[in-house]
Amino acid sequence: MEKRFVYADNSATTQISKPVLDAMMPWLTEGYGNASSIYSIGMDSARAILKARETVAKALGAKTSEIYFTSGGSESDNWAIKCAADVSAKKGKKHIITTVFEHHAVLHTCQYLEKEGFEVTYIPVDEMGLVHPEDIKKAIRPDTCLVSVMFANNEIGTIQPIEEIGKICREKKVWFHTDAVQAVGNVPIDVVKMNIDLLSLSGHKIHAPKGIGALYMRTGINLPNLIHGGAQERSKRAGTENVASIVGLAKAIEMATADIPGKQQRLSKMRDRIIAELLKIPESRLNGDPVRRMCGNVNISFRGIEGESLLLSLDLEGICASSGSACTSGSLDPSHVLLAIGLPHSTAHGSLRITLGDGNTEEDADYIIEKVPKIVEKLRAMSPLWERILRDEDIDAE
Amino acid sequence: MIYSEKVMEHFANPRNVGEIPDADGVGEVGNAKCGDIMKMYLKIDNGIITDVKFKTFGCGAAVATSSMATELIKGKPVEDALKLTNKAVVEALDGLPTVKLHCSVLAEQAIKAALSDYYRKQGVDPEPIVGAVPDVETACGI
Ligand SMILES: Cc1ncc(COP(=O)(O)O)c(C=O)c1O
Repeated sequence: MEKRFVYADNSATTQISKPVLDAMMPWLTEGYGNASSIYSIGMDSARAILKARETVAKALGAKTSEIYFTSGGSESDNWAIKCAADVSAKKGKKHIITTVFEHHAVLHTCQYLEKEGFEVTYIPVDEMGLVHPEDIKKAIRPDTCLVSVMFANNEIGTIQPIEEIGKICREKKVWFHTDAVQAVGNVPIDVVKMNIDLLSLSGHKIHAPKGIGALYMRTGINLPNLIHGGAQERSKRAGTENVASIVGLAKAIEMATADIPGKQQRLSKMRDRIIAELLKIPESRLNGDPVRRMCGNVNISFRGIEGESLLLSLDLEGICASSGSACTSGSLDPSHVLLAIGLPHSTAHGSLRITLGDGNTEEDADYIIEKVPKIVEKLRAMSPLWERILRDEDIDAE
Repeated sequence: MIYSEKVMEHFANPRNVGEIPDADGVGEVGNAKCGDIMKMYLKIDNGIITDVKFKTFGCGAAVATSSMATELIKGKPVEDALKLTNKAVVEALDGLPTVKLHCSVLAEQAIKAALSDYYRKQGVDPEPIVGAVPDVETACGI
């Protein structure tokens, strides 16, 4: 096949789509009024924000007044967790439940709170990467103030039983937060039906710009501010509104949720074809549940090779993907998600994550299927670890 | 993180990849858990490194430093190889990101390990000449 450019890292970020950009343009040019100002171009901005809020609320089954715009997923996670902890501590509730494989925006926030005197229970996940609701139920104590479980995992794409967890939390009268940054647009979300109290989302995973997101806060939950200052966002989140990005987020979420079954059908077919073909490579394994999985997520480990060199080799062929190897995780250990599902370090180092999105075609899948096996073979040919695997040595012995 | 053009060039076209079946010295450093292993093969004739080959399991920097290290010692006297430092490898590659510096250390050690093996096969105690080669199972990211 001729060389092509294949962007297959849609869980890392996405391209701003043309309709989103078009919706934003007026607010980056002549519509520059401050939404707090009283003259007409200010009020135009305020109206645009209100309309965007209605759109985002509708996409989640929420009320308009329950949506607050933020700078993205990380801020929403920090706000939900830190501020829920903060108000609860005053009532003597200082226990938080989360899972071992959350995004760092949740995990590091919880670790910070541990240093501040909170107790955090990290619920394990099974080898498929699923959280068991009964584990959450058992962990809830009278002093538990918050349960935070991600909707869909960003690395292995597993979709958690959010509705069941929500039901348990509501029964036990514990606030339930979910990081839905990856789930929005991939899975139908209804905050009422799912008993979700707090939900984080981010624009750049759904073809809106980076640096915009939202927090859904159920009516009746009145978290204190994370960002103090002006009266924006009904005095809940200070800072002159990023009108263009807010409008972009609304357009993006409207489009992303317009036909979720259609997207699932199109992408999961492509996903399953790539998985089936890549699993033909010897000593490979699929990470995460094959079915309860985001429609665009492929995560496969190839023994005997290291993820970063796999990514660089793919890049030389024009393919953008990611990995959970230590070299790409920015630490000395491979991805905490892959370790959480029980992978040995050496296997986690050899992981490849391909995340398909709206822009990908069957030709992209063909190209990936053609290139990956060749690259794996080339890297294995030069790997002293692969020699040992072929000799059946126990490479993971400590 | 940014790799220099030199690093990418050596990654894309690594020099001296492979094995030497009748090598005079073979050394291996690193481990699977940390995500990098380098294996060096040396052919030594009259004190000259006439051939060198490597195999590496690891990141882009690990491949590039192995490749560059083999280039720097091929055709050179053993004494020169003994003096090769990780710093020289890094400089020859126009620098490495700080988080990747340990790869260059690994390349230096792989050569030392192969030279130690060479001396041992000659019936010479390598320690006074090569120095101590750290244990393979050292902590990740040395
Ligand atoms: C699950 C999850 N949570 C949070 C974030 C952070 O979102 P943002 O980049 O908008 O801060 C990301 C993306 O990196 C993510 O995948």
